This record gives sequence, structure tokens and C-alpha cells, in this order.
Amino acid sequence: MFEHIVVVGASLAGLQAAQGLRRGGFEGLLTIVGDEPDYPYDRPPLSKGFLDGKVPEEKLRLRGAADPEALGVEWKLGVAGVALDAATRTITLSDGSELRADGIVIATGSAPRRLPGFDLPGVFELRTLADARALRGALEAGPKRVVVIGAGFIGAEVASTARGLGLDVSLIEAAETPLARVLDHAAGEAIADLHRGHGVDVRLGATVASIQADDRGAVCSVTMGDGDVLETDLVVVGIGCIPNTGWLEGSGLTIDNGVVCDETCLAAPGIVAAGDVARWPNGRFGGNLTRVEQWDNAIEQGTYVARRLLALESGDEVEPYEPTPWFWSDQYDRKLQLAGIPTNNAEVVNGSIADQVFLQIYSDDDANFVGALGWNRPRQAIQARMLLNNGASLDEARATLAD
Amino acid sequence: MKVVVDFDLCESNAVCMGIVPEVFEVRDDDFLYILQEEPPAELHQKVREAAERCPKQAITLED
Repeated sequence: MFEHIVVVGASLAGLQAAQGLRRGGFEGLLTIVGDEPDYPYDRPPLSKGFLDGKVPEEKLRLRGAADPEALGVEWKLGVAGVALDAATRTITLSDGSELRADGIVIATGSAPRRLPGFDLPGVFELRTLADARALRGALEAGPKRVVVIGAGFIGAEVASTARGLGLDVSLIEAAETPLARVLDHAAGEAIADLHRGHGVDVRLGATVASIQADDRGAVCSVTMGDGDVLETDLVVVGIGCIPNTGWLEGSGLTIDNGVVCDETCLAAPGIVAAGDVARWPNGRFGGNLTRVEQWDNAIEQGTYVARRLLALESGDEVEPYEPTPWFWSDQYDRKLQLAGIPTNNAEVVNGSIADQVFLQIYSDDDANFVGALGWNRPRQAIQARMLLNNGASLDEARATLAD
Repeated sequence: MKVVVDFDLCESNAVCMGIVPEVFEVRDDDFLYILQEEPPAELHQKVREAAERCPKQAITLED
């Protein structure tokens, strides 16, 4: 009998798992451990609406935690898991206490990668509400120039928001295009053009050599790899995230760029993982170990692992976790949505890149339809996602998604 | 169940349409239309999922 389930991580995946457990009929003790002091809140607005002041803080609370008492959970907020013994399912918390559980959901997310030597006043990262409050205050103070290091989602969205506030912005990216990890070259170039068109100083294939402090110790300039010096009093570093697995060292779980799970997100008997921290073989894409840092996946995987955990007890069959990835990014007045996986075999089937309104579809080497990117084409992007879910062919996708 | 969309928040991401096209439709004009304000019981679970997965949290369900 499951009497006690502990969810470690009080953000989207963890909350979703807790809700899923209750909805699935679990009536025992349910504990949610979160290292931040706040009840679960929505992170995407932190780089957009919250940062420019359009979305007030009270609107950030996740719907499922609107009434924290309603879930019937024991909230342990402002407390982190610091160790786990997988064999006995015992969790040690940062306040020194221990929790023994029959089931554990690991949903500790990820944390921003840091640049060595960049730890000084005026340098910001953006992951938590506390980060966002600090960055918002700094943007409101009217910096003379914002230097954004890294043109991934966080960097590109912060650049967009800062320009929207009328600030001068430099966006620095080591790769040849922004969002190079997820977009093909042409789409990446279109993003770069979008930012340039809005007055951002975009520097691609560019590296940062060092950072300089003024006599108060705060940042005053950034020196580029090519020797150029950018005067600035506000630097935002957005160079990717690493999964929060430090607390799992010695736990007995396999840790390799995340918590390694089986195809049903099971990491060990009675232990599942969901969200940014989970790495599992996604059969939809050849069974390669996959770790997904996406909002929608946190919801879907959180829901899934609740069912997975309850099935351990009920003995119900659970299908492998094989989601179609999907994410969005809002930059300026553009809405970017990617379903499935991007490849270098891209064709525009709707609109045109030149007009910055388009949908392109991706195929693999065997001409299978594997992904789609919509740029201010939300309806078609979602249709593409539905087609991917249904295993549609490339021809079907072309025919359905064309202008 | 009554479906209410806050159109000040809605940005026509069309996620809801992908989950329950019987209730939500984003048309060529890029606006969201609610096809059934009071969907039948067999759709309630999907409508709940659509509300959860709305990136703008613009969908509210009233009893």
C-alpha cells in the first residue's frame, strides 16, 4: 500500500504530478518539497510579461495551486532535498529532517549554467521568480546598455523585452544563428533579422573574453573575444541550463545529464522523474535518451508519472512515455511554435520566411514527417502537432498545412 | 461545465484546439472561437486538459 508519496520539486511538473496523483485516486499522505519559498508559479512570463511589468506577480501562481489547501498536500517550501537513498526511499531535507516515502516523484528541474568570473553586481540570470524580480528592478532603473549573453530562448526573449522597454541591447551568441540548438539555419537567420529589425546589436559567432568591474565592484564593461569592448551596467547570462541532480549523488540512481529512467519514466522501484530533470528513451524518436526543458512537457510528463506511480500498485498496464515535443516563444510581435523535432531537411509550406510569417515542416533522412515550425502561424503549428501525433506522412502534412 | 476564455489573455496559440477541436477552434482570422460553451460530459476531461495546457492560462471552467 502506498501511504506516503513525496514530490521533490514544486514547479510545473511537480505540481502536475501531485494533481495527477489526487485525481488518480491516491488518498494517502502527499508531500511537496520546493526549494523556493513561493507556491508553484508559471515561469514563461518571467522573461516576457512579468519582466516588462504587464503581468503582476499575483497573476503568476499556477492555476493548480490557486488554493494551496485544496490539493490536500503537505507543503514544504523553502526547503530543498539534499540527499536520497533510493533503496529505502528516504529523502534528507536541507532543514535536517528526513522523509520516508513509498513513492517519490523527482521534479527538481534545472538551473542556469554560469560563466566563471561573472559573479558580480549587475550580472543577472533568469530562472526563478527571485531572479526575475531582481532583473526587473535593474531594467526599471534604466541601464545604459543591456548585454545579453546567449541567444537561446531566455536570451532572445529578454532582448525582446528590453527593447520593448526602449533600452539599448546587445545580443551575443557563440553559434552562427540564434536558437541554434533547436532551429535550422534559415529559421535561425530569420530570428537574427527580427532582432536586428528591432534595433538590437546582434553579434553571432561571437564570444565573450572577460568582464570588467568599476571601482564599486559592479559590472562596467564586457570584452569580446575579438577585443571589442561593450560598455554596460547590466548583463544577462542565458547560456542554457543543467539539470538539478547534485542532491542525488550517491542515491543509487543513474545520473547522466539528468535522472536516467526507463521508457516509462521509472528511475528505480517506486521512483519516477518528470520535467527538466528527467532523461528517458523516447520511442517516438528512435528511443534515444531525451531530456526536454519545455513547459508543455513538464505538464504532460508530470501527469504521466502520477499514473505510472499509481500503476505500480494497481498493476495497470502503462504505455511508454512518447510525447511529441512542443514549445513556443514570444518575441516582439512574433509567435514561434515548434512541434516535433527540427532537422536540416526543412521546407516552407505556408507563407514565406522573407515575410516572417510562415510554417515549415521537417523530415528525416527517410522522408518521414518529424516536425514543424510555425512563425505567427499558430493554427497550422497545432495542426502539424496533431498530424505528428497521428503519424501522418510528409505528403499528408504538405497537403494539409499548405496555404 | 461552462467554458470561459479571457480574450485579453488569449493569444490564439491554438493548443486548446489541438486537444479538443470539438470545443475550440482558431480560424483563418487567427481568433479563437468557442464552439460549445457548455460541452457534454464526455468532453470534460479533455476540456480540463486544454485549460491546464493553455500557455496563457486564459481558459477558465465554471461549474
